[in-house]
Amino acid sequence: MSYFKDIYKGIKTLLTGMSITGKYFLNARKGALTQEYPDNRDTLKMFDRFRGEVIMPHDENNEHRCTGCQKCEIACPNGSIEIIWDRQIDPETGKKKKMIDQHIYHLGMCTMCSLCIQACPTDAIKWGQNFENSVYDRSYLTKVLNKSGSKVKAGVED
Amino acid sequence: MTKDKITNDSFKTQEYFVNMGPQHPATHGVLRLILTIDGEIIKNIEPDLGYIHRSIEKMCERDSYQQIVHLTDRMDYLSSHINNHAVCLTVEKSLELEVTDRVKVIRTIIDELTRIASHTLWWGVMGMDVGALTTYFLAFRDREMINDIFEETCGARLTMNYNIPGGLMNDIHPNFIKRVKEFLVHFRKKLPEYDSLLTNNVIFQKRTKGVGILSYKDAISYGVSGPVARGSGYSSDVRKIHSYAAYDKVNFDEVLFTEGDTLSRYKVRIAEMWESMKIIEQLIDNIPEGDISVPTKAVIKLPKGEFYQKVETARGELGVYINSTGTKNPYRMKFRSPGLSNLNALNQMVVGGKIGDLVATMASLDIVVPDIDR
Ligand code: SF4
Ligand code: SF4
Repeated sequence: MSYFKDIYKGIKTLLTGMSITGKYFLNARKGALTQEYPDNRDTLKMFDRFRGEVIMPHDENNEHRCTGCQKCEIACPNGSIEIIWDRQIDPETGKKKKMIDQHIYHLGMCTMCSLCIQACPTDAIKWGQNFENSVYDRSYLTKVLNKSGSKVKAGVED
Repeated sequence: MTKDKITNDSFKTQEYFVNMGPQHPATHGVLRLILTIDGEIIKNIEPDLGYIHRSIEKMCERDSYQQIVHLTDRMDYLSSHINNHAVCLTVEKSLELEVTDRVKVIRTIIDELTRIASHTLWWGVMGMDVGALTTYFLAFRDREMINDIFEETCGARLTMNYNIPGGLMNDIHPNFIKRVKEFLVHFRKKLPEYDSLLTNNVIFQKRTKGVGILSYKDAISYGVSGPVARGSGYSSDVRKIHSYAAYDKVNFDEVLFTEGDTLSRYKVRIAEMWESMKIIEQLIDNIPEGDISVPTKAVIKLPKGEFYQKVETARGELGVYINSTGTKNPYRMKFRSPGLSNLNALNQMVVGGKIGDLVATMASLDIVVPDIDR
């Protein structure tokens, strides 16, 4: 008797499971979360806090806010940031001042931990939402964040 | 000659070794098990570790306390937020720093979301390990909603690094509360589907009931924790026993099943998802106002001494031990990971059983190899 009971129970639970699968099969597109990525490239918008890569925004006069204080370099756990700086004469005050020469960022080593952005006293760097970072050679992943010819915005002090 | 004698003489069986892994899909990572088997009966199991060792504990000795937090993301990546929380709690405890209520509540909510995300992923994989592929897709659909919540608030989906010593990196996103509520409504509807699809299925029950039994006594002597311990009736929920963050303010039950077999470990996790939802529901509507971080010095120096704090991750008890000499780096840092002691008990569970049951038992342990092998 229990043999038949088992068979009955087995078939019943199998059908319950199958009905769920069937329900999803018939409503395949309803509530689906899959994004058809390369096709929706134009409309795809990442969240504003998404950590894609570290960028340094420049304004229309090609000025950024980085003073070369090296706080981000110290905060970085794996040496992804290198600051090359020297002392230049500030044209306004005539005094020698620490100036950024190159803000080098190794995207290939970055763990997206956000510590550099937390550490920066002048908000010179922030997260960019670009996630299409694949390249053919890893040397392309080393970037200089400050654009050539750019300079520090006047009045930005750390 | 009796019949017995003939069998014994002419069909002499012999033990032999089989390697399972390091690239076996059921080991979920690079874990190698050396099985000693006699026919189909398992005689002994020896886990061989070291394939994914990254010396995280040694790296911690080099890093500052802010930097250590992001390394723990890479241990048990499915409960990375809880790992971060553990390190931050230890540092805060040693500095005698009291975080605001807002931070405590947000940390608790995100911890519980992490637990649900981890358990849903485990459920999908458990189903797949015993041969049901659909579970995997259903689980990922629900987990995706949590991952979106994390991505919007923390910026990353898996390695969040959202906790800092003293608080949180940034405030929750304005959409956070709305999205969490949406998720809860969605998941309350979908979780019963998990039961009708897999839990009540006869094939699944036959494969898990009475398989891989870990007795109450063994659970204690092997030091297992988390759902594995609670499946054997051993009450070990750190959230209850050594309450931290906002867990003392919420009502929830510790889930206990006493059979100790694979099915009861499975049921613990399903019930824990209901409990986690209960916790989030109690907190989400009354997140207190306040600062999201207490300012710490730019260079954190811990006082001289030893500090220990444990938390309940999705896999069990994670302990963080810091031995400080008063400098800006720890002198020694040790993690007591839940996965390693849970894996130790595997031998006890499967020896004497069939090799086919090994995969189901292992899935019920919910091992994450980078957690075992730091
Ligand atoms: S995000 Fe972290 S790893 Fe990347 S550059 Fe900044 S500090 Fe370094
Ligand atoms: S990016 Fe910020 S922290 Fe880094 S050097 Fe420039 S100003 Fe300093």
